[in-house]
Amino acid sequence: MRSYGELVEKTEKLNKKISDMVLQEECLRTGIPAEQLLKKMKNHYAVMRESVESGMTGEWKSLSGLVGGEAALLEKYRESGKSILGNLVNKAAARAMAVAEVNAGMGRIVAAPTAGSCGVLPAVLLTVQEMSDATEEDAVQTLFTSAGLGMVIAERASVSGAEGGCQAEIGSAAAMAAAAAVELCGGSPDQTAQAAALALKSFLGLVCDPVAGLVEVPCVKRNAMAAVIALTAAEMALAGIKSAIPLDEVIDAMASIGREMSCSLKETSRGGLAVTPAAQKYKDHLAR
Amino acid sequence: MKVGSVFDLLGPVMVGPSSSHTAGAVRLGLMAAKILGAEVKQARIQLHGSFAETGKGHGTHLALTAGLLGMKPDDSRIREASRIALEAGMETVFENVNLGDVHPNSVRFLLTGWGGEKAEINGSSLGGGKILITAVNDFNVEFTGEYPALIAIYMDYPGMIAEITKLLAGKGINIAQMKVSREGKGQNALAVIETDEPITDILSSEMKKMPMIEQVMFIEPIIDI
Repeated sequence: MRSYGELVEKTEKLNKKISDMVLQEECLRTGIPAEQLLKKMKNHYAVMRESVESGMTGEWKSLSGLVGGEAALLEKYRESGKSILGNLVNKAAARAMAVAEVNAGMGRIVAAPTAGSCGVLPAVLLTVQEMSDATEEDAVQTLFTSAGLGMVIAERASVSGAEGGCQAEIGSAAAMAAAAAVELCGGSPDQTAQAAALALKSFLGLVCDPVAGLVEVPCVKRNAMAAVIALTAAEMALAGIKSAIPLDEVIDAMASIGREMSCSLKETSRGGLAVTPAAQKYKDHLAR
Repeated sequence: MKVGSVFDLLGPVMVGPSSSHTAGAVRLGLMAAKILGAEVKQARIQLHGSFAETGKGHGTHLALTAGLLGMKPDDSRIREASRIALEAGMETVFENVNLGDVHPNSVRFLLTGWGGEKAEINGSSLGGGKILITAVNDFNVEFTGEYPALIAIYMDYPGMIAEITKLLAGKGINIAQMKVSREGKGQNALAVIETDEPITDILSSEMKKMPMIEQVMFIEPIIDI
């Protein structure tokens, strides 16, 4: 799949959902029947749910000890009734962090699209499913919309931090989550594209500069930020707000920014946050 | 990048924290053990590049060990792989080395099985959990574990490849990829044949009967869909 714009056009002509088209094309491409693909995706959603629940216990600590247990802190603050974000957004942010903490602690997650960005999609989908009258089947179905968009991004640009910086990982995750949230809320195929474009634009230029080369700092907390942006983008698109730049062109812009980005800022830990004095201290501590 | 499946973007289901340093490392270990064809007794594991530099914080050592024990990338026991290996009597030694001009996430396994089997396997983790086996017993190879693979070591002579492919065709097995390398003309050669269909026991036993064949291994795919 090369163009999300074409996918939207085709889908609207046939009066279908993006997820229907992606599922149909996957069946044709792989020869695997739809029921089997849906079953596998259902299992993915179940693992996503487990990783959220497990992370919310606050019992996960990463191997380095740099991150862990903070999703539970956010949840505790929500329960205090003083949340600025309110129940829904606080929950999404905490859940995204929860999954990322499970990942950092060597727990089981679904890469979505990568392990470093694994918290965004489960957090957004579970939270939106909970607040809407959508069923679990609906949520599983919309994962095909996310995946279809991910395929377009992977073909036109990249979903790898080493290749395109963090924009390619967390930006893609946010776009994929935003598109799925729109479909789950009954938005049109075009609105899924608008939401994805709005979300992805917010991450353009974001570098991948992990402290000590680990998927911990700033990755875990960035998952929470991305979940909130994805929800905001979905809400904007559902309200009828459009991106001035079409999604495919935003993806192309991300690809070109990724190419121009210095290698020191693409997962090599030779720049940015990774070379701050604090990061150096952590690194020395870990080496001991 | 050309994408094959929606599950390349949603998935794999894996134990974190990194698809390349953890999930890919499990698959490399799993593949190495399959190539050895026996339970691993001793493993000398040489880490190169980013595997050597950031492996510890990513659990790469645990992941490689877990793979050698036969665990898959989504096994929640990966975290405890060192302890499990110890209990199983499997010895592991890790060292940081320079394997030369290879992918930054590369590893070399020097394995000994409980029956005295030996194998040396080089491989790389390419990202997203994808792997590439690059050498088996110092023969250069290239295979990914996405297809059933047949590895044959034999004395190089004219017509050998034709005989192998004829045998496969006779069983209705289609070849997806094939790579042959050899020490020199008329010397030891190694063929890796990746197929679309699974390779049956009958076929491998028939191959073992071929006069010039020294060793035949059949490796089941490790990436399922």
